[in-house]
Amino acid sequence: MSGRDHHKPFGLARSGGIEGLSDAAAMHVVTQWLNRLGLRGRGLVIGIPYFWYLLFFLIPFVFVLKIALSEAAYSVPPFTDLTEWAEGALKITLNLANFDYIFSDSLYVTAYLNSVRIAAISTLLTLLVGYPMAYAIARAERSWRAPLLMLVILPFWTSFLIRVYAWMSLLQDNGLVNSVLMNIGIIDSPIRILNTDFAVFLGIVYSYLPFMILPLYSTLEKMDLSLLEAAEDLGCRPFKAFWRITLPLSLPGIIAGCLLVFIPAVGEFVIPELLGGPDTLMIGKVLWQEFFSNRDWPVASAVAIALLLLLVIPIMIFQHVQAKQQEAEKR
Amino acid sequence: MNARGLGLVFLWLWAGLVFLYLPIVTLIFYSFNDSKLVAVWGGFSTRWYGELMHNGQVLDAALLSLEIAVISACGAVVLGTLAGVTLSRFPVFRGRVMFSGLISAPLVMPEVISGLSMLLLFVSMEQLVGWPKGRGMLTIILTHITISAAYVSVIVQSRLVSLDASIEEAAMDLGARPTRVFMRITLPIIAPALVSGWLLSFTLSVDDLVSSSFVTGPGASTLPMVIFSKVRLGVSPDINALATIIVLIVTVGVISGGWYMVRSEKRRELEERMAYAEGEKENTGMV
Repeated sequence: MSGRDHHKPFGLARSGGIEGLSDAAAMHVVTQWLNRLGLRGRGLVIGIPYFWYLLFFLIPFVFVLKIALSEAAYSVPPFTDLTEWAEGALKITLNLANFDYIFSDSLYVTAYLNSVRIAAISTLLTLLVGYPMAYAIARAERSWRAPLLMLVILPFWTSFLIRVYAWMSLLQDNGLVNSVLMNIGIIDSPIRILNTDFAVFLGIVYSYLPFMILPLYSTLEKMDLSLLEAAEDLGCRPFKAFWRITLPLSLPGIIAGCLLVFIPAVGEFVIPELLGGPDTLMIGKVLWQEFFSNRDWPVASAVAIALLLLLVIPIMIFQHVQAKQQEAEKR
Repeated sequence: MNARGLGLVFLWLWAGLVFLYLPIVTLIFYSFNDSKLVAVWGGFSTRWYGELMHNGQVLDAALLSLEIAVISACGAVVLGTLAGVTLSRFPVFRGRVMFSGLISAPLVMPEVISGLSMLLLFVSMEQLVGWPKGRGMLTIILTHITISAAYVSVIVQSRLVSLDASIEEAAMDLGARPTRVFMRITLPIIAPALVSGWLLSFTLSVDDLVSSSFVTGPGASTLPMVIFSKVRLGVSPDINALATIIVLIVTVGVISGGWYMVRSEKRRELEERMAYAEGEKENTGMV
């Protein structure tokens, strides 16, 4: 109470000056004007990003769907209109041929299945590599955790393209990996590593590792260690304690990390293009080729819609996990 | 986990860090290689850096990329802050679920999809309303703002969630207008988050190949596009030199950004403690 009384004259004194008054008057006019538009401060704060993401993120998908239903044409832009005025009536032509084409041509179906397979295997490998790393950071001494985490994140800040390129020179036939293997005597002649599926797995694990480690670390770090002590006191062996306590408790981190790797990896273009071979078919690469090489915008759009349908469920799970985690942080 | 198990886990961590850094270190090492063959050591030389300095195409692309990155990072910080404040300070409003979905989707959306969809939007908008005219720098900036602001909003949100909202409420109770509360209280507290959001947006933009390639127009080639078209043909030593310069700039930027954040965080804690002590003194004085 006394605090409030103490501050009141201060506030009055400040707005009492001539300059303060004109400012206040100007502010008043502006706020009234905005109020008439139905926008208050709060409305603006919510409204601007809402409008932006509706316009630049949601509405584009309407156009993707529209163009996926049109036909390729030799025009600028290279597709036909869905709507036309014929004899005073609006005529809408929906053309499902593009979807029919991509689901009947084995190239696209193979590319789909292959993308899911490659993304799933790489996600699993990333988890296997990342889990022990996240565990070690979470159990390191407190003062070590931030620097170790920084070391894991730092490569993520350097160019993705350059990191993939770095593996190109390491993995090529006369690259460092082959010459080391030959010097040790494991192989006699260079083996082909670049342009294989293995190189793609390696590239995905390498590029997405920080995305796996961060959510794993944040769940492992929050874990109540006394649970493990209790288990040990009751005669539980360390491995079993890990399997029965630590692993289930870190499940939210595992799910979040796996989705953060899997979803973008399914649509990955740069890694299969640079590290994969000509027969490493992935849907992101197919979409890119349809768009840039064949200049077939309707088929590229149909591929994008099909890819989106495949990812809608994982994306929704991801958002659910994300929202739940924020709720947990608030408490 | 017992001591031996923990030892093994730490060994794994160090091996993992070597795995993360080895490719970058070898890249830097071979950028000083005199030989044209990247894998064969032909003596120390800085000739590839010299050649780079005379490569007009690379320099133009680098300038364009920097310009786009600075503008879109500033835009992304403003938009992402609004979105982050919305999500952490307004628990109830109509369409909140859709809003949070729209903000977090760009984080995982494959870039081929967001790139293609943005391009189709720009083409259709030009047909319908005549803006944006053609495609190039402007369309790349709009795309980068949209993608990066999602990251900024996550950073701002996690900062605001850990911050006690009661400080802001106290200021409001004392009669401060919301704008003033934001400028004097919220903004200084989330400043470190804004710095790291800006840096992240900047690097995402400088680095972006896929969505930029979709939405760009004739004449607007960014640095990643130039690098990609060269790299596609195979490994070449001048790209190593270019990569080294980029890695160096990023490392310096991130470390100084991190240093700034740690320092401002410490200063804020100190000020908080001093203000608290002052308040205590005043209180006891009044009694």
